[in-house]
Amino acid sequence: MIEEPFAIGHSVIHTTDPRIRVIAAVVFSFAVALCYGFTSLMFAFAVSVGSVLACRARLGQVIKRLALVNVFVLIFWFVLPFTYPGGATYSLGPLTLHQAGIVFAAKITLKSNAILLILIAFIATMTLATLGHTLGRLKVPEKLVFLLMITYRYVFVIAQEYQKIIKSIKIRGFTPKTTLHTYKTFAYVVGMLLIRASERADRVYNAMRCRGFKGTYYSLTEFRADRRSWIFLVTVFTATALVIAMEFLFRF
Amino acid sequence: MNTNENKINHPIIKMRGICFGYSDASPILKDLDFDFFRGDKIGIIAPNGSGKTTLFHLIMGLIKPVYGEIEIFGRTMASETDFTDVRHRIGLLFQDADDQLFCPTVLEDVAFGPLNMGKSRKEALDISRRTLAFLGLSDFEKRITFKLSGGEKKLVSLATILSMEPEVLLLDEPLSGLDTRTRSVITRALTEMDVSYIIISHNINFLQSTTQSTRTLRDGRIVADDQVHVHVHDHAHVHGDVPHHH
Repeated sequence: MIEEPFAIGHSVIHTTDPRIRVIAAVVFSFAVALCYGFTSLMFAFAVSVGSVLACRARLGQVIKRLALVNVFVLIFWFVLPFTYPGGATYSLGPLTLHQAGIVFAAKITLKSNAILLILIAFIATMTLATLGHTLGRLKVPEKLVFLLMITYRYVFVIAQEYQKIIKSIKIRGFTPKTTLHTYKTFAYVVGMLLIRASERADRVYNAMRCRGFKGTYYSLTEFRADRRSWIFLVTVFTATALVIAMEFLFRF
Repeated sequence: MNTNENKINHPIIKMRGICFGYSDASPILKDLDFDFFRGDKIGIIAPNGSGKTTLFHLIMGLIKPVYGEIEIFGRTMASETDFTDVRHRIGLLFQDADDQLFCPTVLEDVAFGPLNMGKSRKEALDISRRTLAFLGLSDFEKRITFKLSGGEKKLVSLATILSMEPEVLLLDEPLSGLDTRTRSVITRALTEMDVSYIIISHNINFLQSTTQSTRTLRDGRIVADDQVHVHVHDHAHVHGDVPHHH
């Protein structure tokens, strides 16, 4: 299920106003996503690593998450050096490697890891519930916030329903094979899950109407941006400005 | 207060000639009449599928009768907006607590109703904390709703209803699947509160200790429960403190 291994903590980042953290993460990620220079990306990556260290996340968990994203990045390494022409070429048996392709792949790697790390440091350090309320305060459309919260609440219920169905087919001796019977059973499981989820949705909506829900969702959370939070924001903005400056100064 | 309500002995819930069903061939409720007065505490004990839950949903306006008239707090219910006021004053406890709780934390869920009623954040928090304390759930504020046990979920669901300070409670199988301790918390809460209620339950002992009379549903109508003859006898055996039947 959804685990939130970084959400609880007492680091400098954890105690910063969540709104400030979300703004900081968005601004920084956008800047990094739009940069192409090696120097600026290296610097951004260093800032991200520094932030993750600052939030004192368990490194094992961080690496586990990075590994997942880097599986996709690896695909670029298999493709780009051979297909993206430019610069010096090296031959590797029957294949030709292009320098430009290698640089490009390296940049993608730096970029995606820098963004992921900053999101782990700034966003994953709050619970999803807090994130929902934060987005609400930042004027993200109410319906989207509501969708996020409800999804978070009911994904567990649906997972439980799924476990129940799986158990009930297991106790009747079902083992998946490559047979029509297996496919049919899985189709039933998915279908049943959809029906149950939709019926559940109806019941939940009714329960909400009974408690006077008229489409507006009120949040109880109060946020306070103290002086430290503002210092944090200024620091991140400075780092972002440096990334952008480097992008223009060192065109490599 | 509304027009008719001040008249002595005028029911706060009045249902006349209610028909409801998903097909004409087998209606669930057929020509049902029902009067519910302020101060009434009644139990409904009837077989599965006899339309008990349907009755509650009709009162809350979640479903509309095919025929018939519903009058609540002296006002005839016609449109969805008529029921807005009803939902602020009548609290329905759902059978499945997972349907009722949807906020990440307990406190938010309990405050959801009061906030919808237009209470300020501070008022909503105050009343939510008081309600949680009343049910012995003071430490639960920050707990995550979906990580609660079944009994805890039920009590928190009850809290989400009580925090709206309803005049009438509709409780749909409030004890099903609960342990002795949770059952006794609910029983105590019901006997201590000054509120009218209707309870659907299969537990005769529970209805005996919380209600003035019981009804049943037969052939789509509410009738006095003359078929069930309850007799209480005291005797002792192991696990005797667990509610049970013989």
